[in-house]
Amino acid sequence: MQELQIEAKVGNLPKVLAFVDEILERTDCSIPIQMQIDVAVEEVFVNIANYAYSPQTGPATIQIEITESPATAVITFLDKGSPFDPTKREDPDTTLPVNKRQIGGLGIYMVKKSMDTVTYRREEGQNILCIQKKI
Amino acid sequence: MLNINKTFDGSQLTITLEGRLDTTTAPTLETELKASLEGITDLGFDLADLAYVSSAGLRVLLSAQKTMNKQGRMIIRNVRPEIMEIFEVTGFVDILTIE
Repeated sequence: MQELQIEAKVGNLPKVLAFVDEILERTDCSIPIQMQIDVAVEEVFVNIANYAYSPQTGPATIQIEITESPATAVITFLDKGSPFDPTKREDPDTTLPVNKRQIGGLGIYMVKKSMDTVTYRREEGQNILCIQKKI
Repeated sequence: MLNINKTFDGSQLTITLEGRLDTTTAPTLETELKASLEGITDLGFDLADLAYVSSAGLRVLLSAQKTMNKQGRMIIRNVRPEIMEIFEVTGFVDILTIE
């Protein structure tokens, strides 16, 4: 398991993605799957950066582990911000015509649709969000 | 990193995107669009060299589509398979005109 501790701010997104990509690129992960994982990581990290400690910033920890048979990327995000369970958010209606489509809620929806599992728990004052994707 | 290339031809505008349309680069495209869409009736995006799009990028495309619905049309061309997968997951395939 590898871990990155970083200040949760949007400007750190390239560092977070570089950390994840560096590990995924050592596996047989295909480019489309890597991109879906990157998108999910971006959505979750940006969410933490924008809301967890708002209006201040605070620390976030990102852990990544590649488990075997089947090969799966397990990525866990931890922050000490206000309790927030993104899995409880209502999905946007993606069948609505363009002029009725809402801008919000799309990010976490993409995470839920593209990852195999998304789980949230609150433990010892921390938000712990875990996403898993077969690679 | 995102390179934005604009080609104007009367009321026609083609925007070529190269690189990543994500949280850090989407605001640049949004600003470019705000400054460019006046009087445009035919907006085209060439995504042949767009390697990545996140929800921040989708938001900008959605907002451009809403603007163009009022004043003309918007067409997206040369979408890579991995980007198409994102459009499919989010229902954007039904919103955007993709050639």
